[in-house]
Formats: sequence, C-alpha cells, structure tokens
Amino acid sequence: MSTTVTDTHGAHDAHDDHHDHKPTGIKRWLFTTNHKDIGSMYLWFSFAMFLVGGSMALMIRAELFQPGMQIIDPHFFNQMTTMHGVIMVFGAVMPAFVGLANWMIPMMIGAPDMALPRMNNWSFWILPFAFLIMLSSFFMPGGAPAFGWTFYAPLSTTYSTDSTALFVFSMHIMGMSSIMGAINVIVTIMNMRAPGMNYMKMPLFVWTWFITAFLLIAVMPVLAGVVTMVLTDKYFGTSFFDAAGGGDPVLFQHLFWFFGHPEVYIMILPSFGIVSAIIPAFARKPLFGYASMVYATAAIAGLSFLVWAHHMFTTGMPTFASLFFMYMTMLIAVPTGVKVFNWVSTMWRGSMTFETPMLFSLAFVILFTIGGFSGIMLAITPVDYQYHDTYFVVAHFHYVLVTGAVFSIMAAAYYWLPKWSGVMYDDFLSKLHFWCSLVSVNILFFPMHFVGLAGMPRRIPDYAMQFADINQIVSIGGFLFGFSQLIFLAVALKCAFKKGEPAPAKPWEGAEGLEWTVPSPAPYHTFDVPPKV
Amino acid sequence: MKVRLTNLIIGLVAMFASTIASAGQGTQLNLTQGVTEISQTVYGLHMLVFYICVAIGVVVFGAMFISIYRHRKSRGVEPAKFHDNLRVEIAWTVIPFLILIGMAVPATMTLLDMDDTSDSDLSVLITGSQWRWHYSYLDYDVEYLSNMATPREQIYGRLPQTENYLLEVDRPLVVPVGQKIRFLITSDDVIHSWWVPEFAVKKDANPGYINEAWTRIDEPGIYRGQCAELCGRDHGFMPIVVIAKEQAEFDEWIQGEEQRLADARAEEERLLSMEMSEDELMSLGEQVYLSQCAACHQPNGQGIPGVFPGLAGVGVSIGDQNAHIDIVVNGSAGTAMQSFRNNLSMRELAAVITYERNAWGNNTGDLVQAADIHEFIQGNQ
Repeated sequence: MSTTVTDTHGAHDAHDDHHDHKPTGIKRWLFTTNHKDIGSMYLWFSFAMFLVGGSMALMIRAELFQPGMQIIDPHFFNQMTTMHGVIMVFGAVMPAFVGLANWMIPMMIGAPDMALPRMNNWSFWILPFAFLIMLSSFFMPGGAPAFGWTFYAPLSTTYSTDSTALFVFSMHIMGMSSIMGAINVIVTIMNMRAPGMNYMKMPLFVWTWFITAFLLIAVMPVLAGVVTMVLTDKYFGTSFFDAAGGGDPVLFQHLFWFFGHPEVYIMILPSFGIVSAIIPAFARKPLFGYASMVYATAAIAGLSFLVWAHHMFTTGMPTFASLFFMYMTMLIAVPTGVKVFNWVSTMWRGSMTFETPMLFSLAFVILFTIGGFSGIMLAITPVDYQYHDTYFVVAHFHYVLVTGAVFSIMAAAYYWLPKWSGVMYDDFLSKLHFWCSLVSVNILFFPMHFVGLAGMPRRIPDYAMQFADINQIVSIGGFLFGFSQLIFLAVALKCAFKKGEPAPAKPWEGAEGLEWTVPSPAPYHTFDVPPKV
Repeated sequence: MKVRLTNLIIGLVAMFASTIASAGQGTQLNLTQGVTEISQTVYGLHMLVFYICVAIGVVVFGAMFISIYRHRKSRGVEPAKFHDNLRVEIAWTVIPFLILIGMAVPATMTLLDMDDTSDSDLSVLITGSQWRWHYSYLDYDVEYLSNMATPREQIYGRLPQTENYLLEVDRPLVVPVGQKIRFLITSDDVIHSWWVPEFAVKKDANPGYINEAWTRIDEPGIYRGQCAELCGRDHGFMPIVVIAKEQAEFDEWIQGEEQRLADARAEEERLLSMEMSEDELMSLGEQVYLSQCAACHQPNGQGIPGVFPGLAGVGVSIGDQNAHIDIVVNGSAGTAMQSFRNNLSMRELAAVITYERNAWGNNTGDLVQAADIHEFIQGNQ
C-alpha cells in the first residue's frame, strides 16, 4: 500500500483526454471495450437488479406481515423467494463487484484497460439476456422456478415446471459471464501491473479480487455441471439425483454446495478489499497488517473448498463427516477474525473522520462481524440441527450479504463516485441514505434471529400465531430499508448528471493509490503510459 | 444538522427497542430448552457459544467505539504510524484457535451422542410426502397419515385464527415417555425434513434413502413442529404434532389402534359386497377430495396451470374409468401424483373417484364402488 506517484503523471493523463475517440449514442455502449464504460454498465445493471430483487423481497414481506394468506398464492410465494435469491446473488451482488473490478483494477495497478477488452464487452452483454430469459419464465404456465435459489433435486427435476429449462440456460449464461470476467481479472493483474507494482504492493481490493477470480474459475464449472445434470434428469431420462435409477438426491446438494460455499466467499472477499481501502483512508493511518490480510484472504479462499457440507448437517451424513466439516468451518473464524482485528487496529490511534464511505465501512465491520458470530453458532453441528432451515439462518446470511456485501458496495460507490463522475455526491442525501439504511436494516434482519430461534422455518408463506409480532416488525423494517435505497438512486443520478461540487483528483485527504493520481472524472483513457510506482 | 440527525436516530432506536420489549412479553425470543436430555445439552451449547460471541463482541466493538470516540480528527489527534506488530498478530491468531477448541470439545461429545441410535425401545418409520406425514410403528401393526387440521377458512381469513393455527394435525404421532424412540425417516417424493424443536431432532427425509434419529422424552405433553425443508407449494402447511404419554397409557392406546385398524379392515371386506348410493359416494368423496387432493388440484378442480393438472372437464376424470382408478391407486411415476393405495380405504378410493367423475360439471354419471377398486387391484397383481 506504499504507492507514491508524482503529480506529473496525473497531468499527463489529463492531456490524453483530448485523444478520446468513441462512438456516441447507443453504439458507444453496445460496442464499447472501455473498462470504465463496461464498469458503469455493470454497476447500473446490478443496481437495477437490486431493485427488481428487492421488490420481490417486499412482496414476500407484505405477505408475511400478518398470519394467513392475504396477497399471493403459496406457489407464487415460492417463486418470489426463488427469484429474489437468484437475482440478488447473480444479478445484484456479483455484477456489482465485477463492475467495481472493471473500473478500479486497471486504475489501481496502473494499466490502460483490462487485458481482454472485447471479451469484457461480451461478458457484460450476455448478462441482460440471461436475466431476460430468467424473468420471462414468469409468463410461462406455472410461472417462474419455485424451488428455492438452491434448486434442490428432486423438487427441481421431477417435481418442477418447465420453467426449469429457462432457469438452467440462464444459469449457464451467467456462469459463462462470470468465468470470462474472472479470466479477465486474472490476466489483467498478472500481466498489466505498472513497473514496480509487485504483488505485495497491490492494493487489497486488487488482491481480494485476484483470489476471488480463482475461486470463480474453480467453482462456476461445477455449477454448470450440476444445472446440466438437473436438465438431463428432468428431460433426458438420466437419474443422477433419483434413487429409483441408482442416483442420490443428496449428491445434488454436495455438488451444489461445492459451488455454493466458495460462491459465498466470492461475494464477500472483494468487500474485504473495499473496506481495507476505505478505513485507512479515513483513519489517516496505513492499513494494519497488510501481509496478514493477504494471507488471511488466501486462507479463507482455501478453506472455502473444505466446508461445503456444513449446509447439509441434517441430510444424514456419517458422524465423522459431520465432525470434519464442523471443525473446518470453525477454523474459518481464525483468518476472518484476523481481518476484523486488523481493521480495528487500523482505526486505533488514527485520526478519524466520518464521511459516508467510512460510515458504511464502520457499519460493515460491526454488522458483518455479527453475521460472523451467528456463523460460528451455525457451525456447531448439534446446535445447527435446531437452527438449520429457520429464520436464524436467514438472519445470518442477510447480515453477511446485505450489511456485509451490499454495505461494502455502497461504501465503494460513495468512495469512488467523485472519481467516476467528477462531482461530489450530495452529502446530506448520502448521510440520510446511510442512517435510514442502518436503522431499517437492523429492524429488518435482527428480529429474524429471535423468530428463527423460536422455531419459524424459512421459506414458508404463512406462520403460526406466536411468530406474528416479530414478523410484523420485520416487514416494517423491510419496507423502510427497501425505500431507503431510492435515496441512493437519487444520489447516483445526481452524480451521473454532474449535479454537484466538482471533485478534485483526490477528494479524500488520507486516500492512497494510483486512482487518485488521475483527474476527476477519470479520463476515458488512463495510464496510456505506465506510471512509475 | 448533525445533532438533530443524531437525536432522530436515538429516538427511532428507542421506539424500536420499546416495540421489541412490548412484543417480547409472551413472545419466545430464544431457543427452547426442550424436553429431552439432548435438547437441554443443545440449549446449553447454544448459550455457551452465544456468550463467547457476546464477550468477543464486547472486546472488539468496545475497542472500535473507544477508537471512534477518542481517535477522531475533530479532537485534533495526530495519526500514529504503526502498521504491524508480530506479537499481537500471533496472539490474535492463537487465542481464537484455543477458544474454538473449547467449543469443539463439548460439541463433538454431543454430536456423538445424538448420532448413536443403537438400543432403541421403539421404532417409528416416518415418511414425508407432499404435504403430509405418514407414521408406521414397526413393532406394531399400526400406521396412519397425519394431515394438517387447520381449515382453509382460517388460512384465507374467513374464520379467525385459533391458538394452534397451522400447528395442528388430524392424527398426531403418539409415543411413550422415558423410552428411546428411534425415528426412521424417508420420503415418497421430494425432500422433507422432520423437525420437533423440543426434541432437538431435525432430520431430512430423502426419497429412496432412510435416515435415523432418536429421542427420549422426559415429560408427557403435546409437542409441535413443522417440515423444515422446502418441499413445494404447501411446504408451510405440513405440521408435526407428537403426543408423549406415560408407558401404560401408550400401551393402551396402541392396542386400541391395532384393534381399530383390524376392525376397519374386516369392515372393508364386508362392505365390498355392498353398493353405496350416489349421495353417499359424493359426500364421502368430497370430504376425501378436500383433505387429500385439493392441495394440488384445487377445491374447484381447476388445478394450477403448468404445475398441477386440472380435473374439471379434462383428462382422466372424463375419460376411461379404469385409467382413472389406475392413476389414483398407483400414482403416476415421475410426477407429483402419489399412490393412494395404502393411504385410503377402498371405500374412500371409490368415493373420491366417483366425486371427481361427477363434480364440477364432469357429470359422467359413473358410480365407482369399492368392489370395482378391489377388482382392479386384484387384476393388477
């Protein structure tokens, strides 16, 4: 993180700005190979999907506001939970991180663009089609997939509707997009670092994405395999997951979670990188334990391949398999703890200010850690029998995914918006967005712990009387959180239309890194000549 | 502005806390201690890990809040320059590791205990199907289905919801206290999960495979649970009720059940030669249809397009009678249509088929009698 660059390079890049050649109108966006354009498209796409998936969550919360079925049919409720999960995971969180990678990795390592710009265009532009296919299944007889985003066989094979075929094909397309994105990140980082930018000088966001990309390449083919097996089981008479033909439904879960658990870390490792950039910037103090952060990230990535069956403790695994997966899962607490301790130590004896990116990052550290605590509780197999498939699990993964991944994405957006747009975001609206989100997200997810412990299963459209009070509170929190995100839309639109104070090249006093050496907004082409680090 | 925003937040948090507190009265907020030795051990483990997490949280968040309060630029603090410290880093790697070992030891002991299903006194085969449970006592000649008993009128708001809304069944599982009961758990169709929180037993019902779990209940009582694995449309309407009785009461009950089932079989044999009238067939048929078939095919026989086929004016209900009997008796392989041969009596099968062939304007005029079903099954063998 000790990158120092003289200002002359920034001036040089401003000069390059005059040589921009780009088509205008729709062609600019369709045919662009520019990492900044593609990054912006990824980010806008992911925000659109965030609102689509969020409106499905509001549908769920509206139905669960009180006992009894009032608004939607149970079958449609299952479609909502399924599509909410799929869209948030594959449409909102993952593309947001890819968008951030596109924008920031070349600027952070001093590269002019991503290594494979045409593939970059392709990997973005197949995504909208994947989701168009997925969402069009709502108009089929029987509606969209209703078997949960985990699509356990045989509910997704023998007992599913024909929308399964669309689900499988769109999953394939998303998988291809992710793999191409990951290849691009790896090739860029390995080949296009500026002179002097050796691996242990890379910003942690670059490091965490580098490791994430390897995870993606390792597990996306497994997902492709398992969705294909679902397709052939359903339509071509194979019996991978059907005991009547010699298969095993639990095999599905092993394959799915062998993808699924690393996938969870794919959605959180880049967050670690973001927070590791922002906390030092606003604590005005170098990141504590840079090297141990890198090793901890690698350790978490390695362990992520050895813990998948902790999602499956109740499937009837042999005792010793359960024990192995329990121990491995608990072990993950060690490198994750190291990270949290490092962030707190970075703040310790710093000189902190609390701009919006910092507020989101501080909330991230606390709330992600709460999600980590419930994670340790869930790792304890005998107690997991009680927590498994209840709202306790729902609370856990929303703490790590919403107040974890999504909060870090918000932090990143506020941190780099001045660089992207050239104007400062609206400070009042951004703080309003933060405080509304912080309060409502806890009204939304914290009581879920209680209702889960009290015994409410997840994925049910209606519930017993003793869960009524808490579900009402949760639903109110859900609507408050959902509508709070419209404030962010307003902030982002104001920046996009250049409404705001012009931003200097380095708007944050304590920020470090090559991206702050180029002017704001970042010129269309940066680092045509590599900077010296 | 800053001050006012802070006040607003404190106000909101206080409001939220008081709502939670008032909701908290009479609302269960923590895991149940349950009624078995295992469930109490599990509760103890849960609280142990929870308190450890709280302690770690107090230390970590405490340090963070002190830092946020004291090490802020507005207080004129100059930032320190340090960025690593090997000793501290080793300490906060090793200490969590030791704490984890402290959690893993009791967790391992408990798990070994929970997975030991040997030397049981009583075995019950539990079979999940969309969306009901089937209980079969392996040591006795007793088996039956257990359906949710909450009426649709309560679910759809036409009647007020009662105390055990969605957690009541027509025929609960009955077991003795103080005995080691082994559950053998499987499924006829998709994956279900049999869960009773008070026993700390949750085990997936996998089609084609049998899982094992066990419990030994300390106190007589009624214990309620739910299916815990998404199993399709009515996953939320698949409750479990277990009644634990003293051994003597249980013995009396199970003998009564054996007798009752034997009588019912004898009665069925006798009734084979008796014709039922159209009214009898239709009223029994409607009753059976609403409890067994309506979840998928819907009370109005319309089904759900693309998911569950309709019966009104289409398909087997207005087609060949034997094909209709075949699909109800044997089910349809590769679909959600299960076999009802062991779940319904011949009278009930005859009645429900008659009902389907004449309700909702189907008006085939066909009356199916128990003898027809008997003949079909005989011919099938």
